[in-house]
Amino acid sequence: MATSKELKQVLTGPVFSNNPIALQILGVCSALAVTSKMETALVMTIALTVVTAFSNLFISIIRNHIPSSVRIIVQMTIIASLVIVVDQVLQAYAYDVAKQLSVFVGLIITNCIVMGRAEAYAMKTPPLMSFMDGIGNGLGYGMVLLSVAFVRELFGNGSLFGVEILNKISEGGWYQPNGLLLLPPSAFFLIGMLIWVIRIYKPEQVEAKG
Amino acid sequence: MASNKDSFGKTLFVVIGLCLICSIFVSTAAVLLKPTQEQNKLLDRQKYILEAANLIDLKDGSITKQQILALYKKHVKAQVITLKTGEIDANVNGDLFDEKKAARDPATSFVPEHDIAQVKRVAKDAVIYEVFDDAGQLKTVILPIKGYGLWSTMYAFLALEPDLNTIQNLVYYDFSGSGETPGLGGEVQNPKWKALWVGKKLFDAQGQLEIKVTKNPAVAQTQYGVDALSGATLTSNGVQYSLDFWLGNEGFGPFIDRVREGGRI
Repeated sequence: MATSKELKQVLTGPVFSNNPIALQILGVCSALAVTSKMETALVMTIALTVVTAFSNLFISIIRNHIPSSVRIIVQMTIIASLVIVVDQVLQAYAYDVAKQLSVFVGLIITNCIVMGRAEAYAMKTPPLMSFMDGIGNGLGYGMVLLSVAFVRELFGNGSLFGVEILNKISEGGWYQPNGLLLLPPSAFFLIGMLIWVIRIYKPEQVEAKG
Repeated sequence: MASNKDSFGKTLFVVIGLCLICSIFVSTAAVLLKPTQEQNKLLDRQKYILEAANLIDLKDGSITKQQILALYKKHVKAQVITLKTGEIDANVNGDLFDEKKAARDPATSFVPEHDIAQVKRVAKDAVIYEVFDDAGQLKTVILPIKGYGLWSTMYAFLALEPDLNTIQNLVYYDFSGSGETPGLGGEVQNPKWKALWVGKKLFDAQGQLEIKVTKNPAVAQTQYGVDALSGATLTSNGVQYSLDFWLGNEGFGPFIDRVREGGRI
């Protein structure tokens, strides 16, 4: 049975030392799309964490019964069902945000983090640990998403969670927003810089030169 | 164990069992949540109609669901009109008319000849919203318009004075897909830009459509001009084309002509 120390390691490991975006470079696509605002980034984080945690849990529960010839399809079925349910719940209880996220919630199905954790971890680990691993990876994803969204919304739109922080010139203030930050490519630069910073503090993450 | 779980029978059993469980799970969620979602959609639409009519201010976050429903019920009447003739069809309840469904069915829709707003198929009937003040006087007529911007189809409510010429408001309330670029095209929802539309005129004295979303400051100063969004040329063009289409002959043109000639709204 897992000790509490192991559990903690599984939960916090993916946030910094084994971050799915920064180290494994997975799930970058949605990280570009939903990070122009803090609010959408936060909801996306929650949605992805829920999906990863529960898909890991269910896959882990039936891992000894999944035939290896169809295991990817079985994983996809579970993930897809969870994503549809999350999308339906968002539409019912957070309609405004669901409207903004639109297709991206559906695209969690193809998010490499969910598939990656199911295949690499949940298939060979007991349910509790798998569930924690899912939450941990969701948090790791969220950490990157929220830091990128923080910079993009603050300097691109002068606000955080829609509340104005820097008074924009167009609103009669002094701040000239940086339009580039509102476009998806800016997230590439930001994620790149984030990876750079993380690797300064954790040099062991730097790949050996070929 | 390993050979057993990979046997043909076991594989089939697991796959079918899993599909069954997942489909029950998904359909239960969809069915249970459907009423709430429908309500949300309706509420969302009513909220923006009230905003277009200046009856509520969306920045005030304290407006409750009940207030929206009550205000809508009290002040707004949805009417179905036939686009081609501009006549009101009193037999259809505007609140129940499903425009999207009508636009999909070839029997109740048409493909516009000059599809400048890239609307593709348009329902032959359309809903307009009449807004009455407390004394029961017609205060505002709201026309729903849509058109393609840069990335998405943009849906808006155009609120007009009963003369169907003076603009009271232009409220963008929904976008297909991921919407326009936040901060650039997304500024169609910026209150400052929306304020530019208030009081502008659509048509000149001869009934020609004159309203222009323009980069030219001299034109933007006139009563027919609105300053385009900077950094969002294609979204601004989309707004212009939406207006051109929906106020033209294949849109609400016949209805507006009929009212201008003294017809009843």
